[in-house]
Amino acid sequence: MKISREDVLRVAELAYLDLSETELETYRAQIDEILEYIEKLKELDTAKVEPMAQVLTDDQTADATLREDLVVPSAVAEDVLRQAPDPEPPYFRVPKVIERA
Amino acid sequence: MTTNWTIDGVREALATKKISARELAADFYTRIEARNPELNAYLALSPERARRQADRIDALVAGGKALPPLAGVPVAIKDVISTRGTKTTCGSKILENYIPPYDATAVERLEAAGAVILGKTNCDEFAMGSSNENSAYGPVKNPVATDRVPGGSSGGSAAAVASGLAVAALGTDTGGSIRQPGSFCGIPAMMGSYGRVSRYGLIAFASSLDRIGPFANSVRDVAAILQVIAGRDPNDSTSTTAPVPSYAEEIDKPVNGLRLGIPKDYFGEGMDAGVRTKIEAGIEVYKKLGCELIEIRMPHTDYAIAAYYIIATAEASSNLARYDGVRYGLRVDDDSLLAMYRKTRGAGFGAEVKRRIVLGTYVLSAGYYDAYYLKGQKVRALIAQDFSGAFTKVDAILTPTSPVPAFQLGERTNDPLQMYLADIYTVTGSLAGVPGISVPCGKINGKLPVGLQIFGPAFGEARVLQLAHAFEQAGGSTI
Repeated sequence: MKISREDVLRVAELAYLDLSETELETYRAQIDEILEYIEKLKELDTAKVEPMAQVLTDDQTADATLREDLVVPSAVAEDVLRQAPDPEPPYFRVPKVIERA
Repeated sequence: MTTNWTIDGVREALATKKISARELAADFYTRIEARNPELNAYLALSPERARRQADRIDALVAGGKALPPLAGVPVAIKDVISTRGTKTTCGSKILENYIPPYDATAVERLEAAGAVILGKTNCDEFAMGSSNENSAYGPVKNPVATDRVPGGSSGGSAAAVASGLAVAALGTDTGGSIRQPGSFCGIPAMMGSYGRVSRYGLIAFASSLDRIGPFANSVRDVAAILQVIAGRDPNDSTSTTAPVPSYAEEIDKPVNGLRLGIPKDYFGEGMDAGVRTKIEAGIEVYKKLGCELIEIRMPHTDYAIAAYYIIATAEASSNLARYDGVRYGLRVDDDSLLAMYRKTRGAGFGAEVKRRIVLGTYVLSAGYYDAYYLKGQKVRALIAQDFSGAFTKVDAILTPTSPVPAFQLGERTNDPLQMYLADIYTVTGSLAGVPGISVPCGKINGKLPVGLQIFGPAFGEARVLQLAHAFEQAGGSTI
């Protein structure tokens, strides 16, 4: 077994994800099978391989990633707030974060 | 009235006043109303926006002005792509009522080129799936066989175009989500190189892999849509400055003498016999067209699914952290902030999304990062080397798009790994960042479409389109 019930619980906690008992066991078994399959990567010797995090080479993005740091007017704040489940313009309201000691 | 519109056909009909853009859009809405209840291809329609745009085009016609390249062309947009003022759900309950305050660059460019946006198409939740059965709003049915899946994740876009409910559509491809549904529904469908089309306004799944691309009923129309959406966008720092050639000029060039690689590694076990027969016949078409067929090896192909599902889920777990019940989408209330997060995400995400968040968080977590995520990225480099090595010997690579034709609804839903394995021929090109198209290559028993996939080197879209167009012109879709 690659992944235990405790592992799934720990990861769900890291991801702020409520899982039901049924989900917990179903996902554990399915992810276990997927991780078992992923084991095949061990057949490859990658000691001397550089990891590839990004497809584009520097020369393809050099112009693209460096730009003037300009302030551009944007009037979407109202529209953005309208999408919030509990807006209090100009704020988003959330449950109390800091408790008194 | 014809139901088989092409982009040129629309422009011709408008210019000669055989139809107005407004009448054309209305005609498509009538057909959508009739057929969509069965297919479930569209999730939302934008008739007011469509009418405003159609009126602009009709005013150009009335004024005798030049018409833009996509004048009056009715298009559909996958529901993971932002459309200002029109609900964009990503096929998820967590964004059930979300209305984007801005347009994706690709949408803005389509509209600036005259296209009429009809509405938003169904898809697997957050583009995670290969059958469209992971949509929170029900599966899409394949118009060529309604007991079968249209493929995924851009199943609604593929089904809409294949059934004449749009002339063209935008989809997104992360591991095959444009090409595979194109193949299942029997229409050409293309993913340009990573960086070719701006991702601004595309709601992220896996940012190093996600790409926007077109579906249409002909390669020429696929090229016309790509022409409009391709190119540098200051709002996406990964969109490149590489020049965009005129695809319409390139596609008519002869293909004789081109060297085409046939990778043995894509023709092993697990391929449906009917698919194999059609693909082999498709390769013969290129032989007749005077191409040189060269057997090549791409030795890391067999490791692509494993690397892909590490990288894609890792990036997804990070990207989907934004759905927290604070700024948009669903909130399930609780007195505690953390409990609100947990409940909102637990209630708002569907099964496949949760599974991928758990897997992706796991492969990134302390103690597993090197064994999974880093290893996956190294194998990704090896797969990219398979491609760059191949392109020193050949101009393009031919493979099947999918090992199987469209399968039955419900056939694979209980076995995620089996569903993932069906992406075997498409994820390689996704990891390498190269462009790929799926072009119709006959139908098994005259019924189920097969797709031939053509990969080209990075930013070699013109070559890919040229080969696909030549294949189509040579009758490849009916072999």
